[in-house]
Amino acid sequence: MKTESKLEKILASGEFAVTAEIGPPKHASGDGMKHHAEMLKDHVDAANITDCQTAIVRISSIAGGVHIKEKGIEPIVQMTCRDRNRIAMQADLLGAYSLGMRNLLCLSGDHQKFGNHPTSKNVYDVDSMQLIHLVRRMRDEKKFFSGEEIKENEPRFFVGAVANPFADPFEFRVDRLEKKVEAGAEFIQTQCIFDMERFERFMEMVRQRGIHERVYILAGITPMKSWRAAKYIGNNVSGMIVPDEMVERLKNAEDPKREGIEIAIEQIKYIKENVKGIAGFHVMAIAWEEVVPEIVERCGLYPRPKVD
Amino acid sequence: MIIAQQKPIQDIASMIDDCNKVLLVGCAGCVTVCLAGGEKETDILAASLRIKRKLENKPLETVTCVATRQCDPEYVETLDSYVKDVDAVISLACGVGVQYLAERFTDKWVVPALNTKFIGGSVTHGEWEERCGLCGDCVLHRTGGICPIIRCSKSILNGPCGGSQYGKCEISKDVECAWHLIYERMKALGKLDKLMEYQPPKDWSKSRDGGPRKAIREDVMIG
Repeated sequence: MKTESKLEKILASGEFAVTAEIGPPKHASGDGMKHHAEMLKDHVDAANITDCQTAIVRISSIAGGVHIKEKGIEPIVQMTCRDRNRIAMQADLLGAYSLGMRNLLCLSGDHQKFGNHPTSKNVYDVDSMQLIHLVRRMRDEKKFFSGEEIKENEPRFFVGAVANPFADPFEFRVDRLEKKVEAGAEFIQTQCIFDMERFERFMEMVRQRGIHERVYILAGITPMKSWRAAKYIGNNVSGMIVPDEMVERLKNAEDPKREGIEIAIEQIKYIKENVKGIAGFHVMAIAWEEVVPEIVERCGLYPRPKVD
Repeated sequence: MIIAQQKPIQDIASMIDDCNKVLLVGCAGCVTVCLAGGEKETDILAASLRIKRKLENKPLETVTCVATRQCDPEYVETLDSYVKDVDAVISLACGVGVQYLAERFTDKWVVPALNTKFIGGSVTHGEWEERCGLCGDCVLHRTGGICPIIRCSKSILNGPCGGSQYGKCEISKDVECAWHLIYERMKALGKLDKLMEYQPPKDWSKSRDGGPRKAIREDVMIG
């Protein structure tokens, strides 16, 4: 193993990994996150802590990581390029590692226009591709982003990135995934999959190029609470595709929430059996963390493997 | 060229609230082309301010002139004779022009009539669009002649990000994704392999971060 990450060990074992997402609150108490961590800890291998998702100010990803780690879940710290320059990023990387964080997910970040501070200035001193490369270099070559030597205690993160098969240009999405792998990404979490047909086309191209053999790909699954939410996401969130059939199925359901859970379970089972090259599942139950255990159990992903 | 737009008349009027006589200086450079601070706009602004003040029973006297370029001391000097008896100078140039006037006329209240917006060009008559981020280290040879620094809302160098869909940027369906444009152009040129090259972090010290930048050409200096 290159790192002390439990997620890395599970992925290396060949078992399907399961990760979840815990969204930090818009206030200064970590109690809710700890509650969710306790709820999820036996059912997932690690949990992402989002980094001010949709550019809304929340408890920071690293601080959130400390809260959930205390409750026994391995955190995956998310770091966007939106809010920090390379000095602040590295300070946070050193700090996060010193606090026991072992996984890092590198992302561009949603534009600040969507959040609660639309008049702020974005940073993008480095982009997600560069962040992947530079965090790997910190670990493998013991160098700061500038090239200066890290004399001791370099941060040794297991480095992840995201891929969005539903963004455009479609053909370039596989290229960009490969570029991220070349830059040093070791695991990938995909955007929420609703359009299975497109996801399968994406994975076919991934397999043709053997990318799945060079990186662990975790399929992103999001249970939907209502047809309105599904329709809204499809129409208004750039880079997301929600097929009409899914909206209709939720609309016609007697209990839409239950239907949303059933759809998520069907998707995971389908991918497990039919889509080669997937190393695990990233279950993003947005503001609905409590449904994750049921989904994991009913997909035959429970109990989670134990690793040293 | 530099694209500028006039500030609201109330804002300009409030800057010279306590003045009885003002000089309005237009500029025959970029702001004439983008219809913000040429001779016509200078005269219209002067008339508007006079009318506004007349309605308020505080008549204002205006003098107008247009400098060949306000960003060149040689032309700013020619304004000396206009400035003597005015209480304030309103510049209809970009931010550079305003500063050159303030530097020349040290005892005068010099105020801006325009908001300097960006470096860009015409799209159609009456519409201009930003095209250059003034980063000081041009990357257009790597991106098919499309600037990711200013046309990508995240200025990323290894795009497109996951928010690009149907050729549009995640921030708005009215904003084209610069990286989609780059992709299409590189594809048409048969150079998609170039986009697989990792672009390292940019040296922003060549951009705005190091105090005012200078460009020097010793070979054309006199004396």
